[in-house]
Parts: sequence; C-alpha cells; structure tokens
Amino acid sequence: MGKTLAEKIFDSHLRDEPFPGTKILNLDRVLCHEITTPVAIADLVWRNKDRVFDREKIKVVIDHVTPSKDTKTATQAKILRDWARRHDIPDFFDVGRNGVCHAIFPEKGYIRPGYTVIMGDSHTCTHGAFGAFAAGVGTTDLEVGILKGVCAFREPETIRVNLTGNLPQGVYAKDVILHVIARLGVNGATDRVIEFRGSVVERMNMDARMTLCNMAVEAGGTSGVCMPDMTTVEYLWEFIQDEFDSKEEALEDYQQWVSDADAKYTQTLDIDISALEPQVTYDYKPDCVKTVRDMQGTRVDQVYIGTCTNGRIDDLRQAAEVLKGRKIADSVRGIVSPATPKIFSDALAEGIIQIFMEAGFCVTNPTCGACLGMSNGVLAEGEVAAATSNRNFNGRMGKGGMVHLVSPATAAATAITGVITDARDL
Amino acid sequence: MQKSFGGPAIFLDRSDINTDEIIPAKYLTEVTKEALQPYILEDLKLEGFDSKGEALKQAKVIVTRENFGCGSSREHAPWVFEVNDVHTIIAESYARIFRQNMFNCGMLAIELPKASIDQLMELQERGNVRIEVDLSRQQVNALTDGEEKQFGFDISPFDKALVEAGGWVEFADARY
Repeated sequence: MGKTLAEKIFDSHLRDEPFPGTKILNLDRVLCHEITTPVAIADLVWRNKDRVFDREKIKVVIDHVTPSKDTKTATQAKILRDWARRHDIPDFFDVGRNGVCHAIFPEKGYIRPGYTVIMGDSHTCTHGAFGAFAAGVGTTDLEVGILKGVCAFREPETIRVNLTGNLPQGVYAKDVILHVIARLGVNGATDRVIEFRGSVVERMNMDARMTLCNMAVEAGGTSGVCMPDMTTVEYLWEFIQDEFDSKEEALEDYQQWVSDADAKYTQTLDIDISALEPQVTYDYKPDCVKTVRDMQGTRVDQVYIGTCTNGRIDDLRQAAEVLKGRKIADSVRGIVSPATPKIFSDALAEGIIQIFMEAGFCVTNPTCGACLGMSNGVLAEGEVAAATSNRNFNGRMGKGGMVHLVSPATAAATAITGVITDARDL
Repeated sequence: MQKSFGGPAIFLDRSDINTDEIIPAKYLTEVTKEALQPYILEDLKLEGFDSKGEALKQAKVIVTRENFGCGSSREHAPWVFEVNDVHTIIAESYARIFRQNMFNCGMLAIELPKASIDQLMELQERGNVRIEVDLSRQQVNALTDGEEKQFGFDISPFDKALVEAGGWVEFADARY
C-alpha cells in the first residue's frame, strides 16, 4: 500500500506512539508570535523550565499588533523579545524587520518539503504549500514544542482535491479555495489533511499555493499540502543551493515526499475549475460562498488587502492591475498591508505602492492588522468590509461588523465602485 | 492533578460556534488566563443567550452541537472556560485544535451522537439540568426534576491520559 505525503512525514518523524493512533512527532520548526507565545513562556518560567529544545529550529516574529498600540500589546511584545534574547534565538523579527508570520517564514526559506511545523496560529497550514506537514496548535502544544520539540497528532487521513481545467481570466487561487471550502463545508476536513493536486496546482506559483493551503483550516483541515516540484525548488533555491549540486538533484530529493500513486485517501474531490467565477462569502461562515456577480452591488465601507492569505507580492500585483489609473470611491476606506518588508520593498520597486496610493489607499506597515480587529482598521458596528483575509466570523474585524472574503482583484474592483464588484465587469 | 467535572449545565443549541464568539480577538492582548474571565462567550450569536446572565454564571458544563470551537487556535477559548469553572463541554463534534486544547489543559471535550445531544437538549425544558461525568466508566449522567438519563461516551486513551495527568505539559514532561 502506498503512502500519502502526510503519512511519509509522520513515519519519518515518529518519536513515540504512546497509544495506538496517537503519534508523537519530532518537530523541524516551532514558529512563535506575540499573541499565543507569551502565556507559554510564562508557564515555562513558572514551572522552572525556561528552556528551548533547539534555538535554531524556533523562529520568532512580532506580527499581530506591531508596532505595539498600547501597554498590553507592548508587554506581549516585550515578553517575546526578552525571551528570544535570553535564549539567543537567531531568527527573531522585530519592528522594521517583521511581517505576517505565514508570509515571512516561507520567504526566509525556513520551510522545506518533508518538514513538520507547528505554530500557535490556526493558519499554520499555509506552510503545507511546500510539501510540509504544518499544523496550527494551541499554547500548550506550543509550550511542549518549545521545551521538548515534539507534538502529538492523530493518524493523518487525507482528502485529495484534484483541481483540473484552466483557471479563467480574472479568477485566482482565492476563488478556488473559497469554492473548495463551500464544497467541503466548515468541518468537512476536520482531523484531515487536504492535498491539493492537479494541473491547476502544478501551474500555480508558491504565492498562489500558499493562498490555497492557508484556508485549509477553514474547512477544518489540519494541514493543506501541495506536492513539492520544480516550482518549490526554484522558490527555495537561494536557500538550498549549498545543499544540492543542482536544482534537479534537489527535486529528486524532494520527490521522496510526494504521495504514492496508490496512496489511500478518505475522500477525493474532482473539480474542473474552467468555469469558475470570482467568489465571495456572505454571512458569518467561510463556507457561505456565492459568485461575486450574485452579490454585485452590496455596499462596503472598507476594503482591506493583505494578510497571510493574500498579502504577498503576487496578490498586490493582481490588485494593482485593477487599480492602475483609477481612484477608489469616496465612500470607501482602502487599506493595504504588504505582508513583509521584502514584499513592501518589491512593491515599491515595481511601482505598485504608487498605484495604491494614487488610487487613494492607505498603505500600512506589514502586520496582521485589520484581519482580526486587533490593531488598525477596525470596523464600527454595522459597517461592511470586503477583505482578502480568511475569516468572516461575527465580530472578526470589529464588533457588529460584516466581512466579505474576496480575492485581491475583487477587493480592488470593489474599492473602486464602493459596492461588491467583479473586476471583469469594470 | 485531575480537574473536577460536572455540575449545572447550559445549552447552546447551535453548530459552528467559533473561537471569536467564545473570546473575541481584542481580549487576546491579556497575558494571564484570569484576566479573560469576564469576557466568556461575549460575541455569541444565539437567540435568548445572555453572556452576562445567571445561567452562564452557574454553569459548569456546556452542551452544544457540531464543530464547536472552530476557527482560531487560541487556547484563550478553553482558558476562558477554565477560569469560569466550566471544565466540561459536551458536543456532537469539535474543531481539532479546540478539542486538543481542551484535553491539553486537562479538561473534557466529550463527543456524543446527535440523538443523545437531542435528548439532552430536550431535558432543559423540564427545568435546571445537572450533568455529572464519570470518567473511569466513560459515562455522562444528566439529572433534572424526576428524570435521569445516562449516556456512555468514547474517549481516546491518549486524551484520557491527558485528563488524568492534568494536561499535556505534565504528560510530555514525564515522558520526553
């Protein structure tokens, strides 16, 4: 019997199986941010176990509220900063060098095929785009990860989603994943890994694959994964060129993680996306999805472009293409947060930031920001946003606010008209 | 040390109650569990539910539907229950991270089939319901005026061991 990518990673990282079906895995990466880590640090100190299992494998960033907005968030940042210094953790990203965790860690080359990755953040599934098993965990799992370098998981089952056909003009990875979530439902993949396969995924760049995997958790999935291929190698090459003689050699090595042809899946979903239209959520669950044209005309107060789902350079390019030479509606507040300093800098060099500013957008520093209503860009009661983020829960972007999840192109088109708009109709 | 389970129950008859409803993100700037205490279920959208009401104040057990705790990985969700003395959730199903967080904190996320949850929900019409949990026998007893119902439940040996150990840190520290 063949094995899936997730099963191969579980086999190679198995530390213990204390009970049948409970797998204790060795971790390659423990990622930390300032919201979920400080309580773990405090508990380790309280237990007199203020240690780290491997300072090279722990990567740390301040991203949710940065620069700090008040005493409480400054305290969270300080706890994380002091801890990173105390343990001499080399890869710690503070103000000026920090960005959204699920954008900056891949960008630094920290995520490789076959890795096990945890973080106290549900969208950790993003990193599966590299052929890694990457799962969001709570603070206690994070704490044990920091101290012992292990985490417990149930035996992985995998749902295979075959995406075939041709992505139509104006339709993007975000539209695909919203459609997949609508098909699976918000708990359709609970305790399962979602494997994104098919020619559509093979043609996607890493930014688009990360968008797909990022929202696996919105269907309940433990990790989203894509198979490592030459696109993965090309993205990682600057970080791995000392490890391999050639890209082909790297590719051959990474092939060991690719799911076997006779691997067993609990469910297979075949989706031809050739006729897919731009998608948008309504209501308060990410599986409540319609076509943008069905929601056309819904008024919005704010448009937010950024986040771990869609704050990468490719996303900004798609939005800028729509915004170029246009102005956003007077009734709309447009906010864009490039997800990392590098993305910000690349966007500047490409003239994208200029396009956003001339259109009337507020450009913020890299941060999670408005997505979860923790720092800037919070909605007032009764206000409506179109956002490139991943969650439309009640109160997510501010108490009493409504969030419609869309692609960067749809967000840009919506900012121009002030109502939800299909960019192809402009 | 193992926590105590059982007591007055409150019924949240809705699926997909998410972590933002259990504890809104704006409170995630707190760095102690105790500070979360007043904000339990503050943004829950459910007709007739009052997050500041007496029923929730008294409750030590929550009975609910499918996919409870979906969304964020924030352990602040189990913590806000913990600091309000709610150590037991009984639901048709859970989101993975929330469920693991409950057991990691040494608390119980019990799964019962829909038919059993239906029966529990019906009990509330008779008055206040008290639910006792016998972990060793894997049994839930629901008591109300003149009626008692019993339900057996499954729990993985690992999750049970976490509850008995008092949580994942204790379990892992002893073994790894």
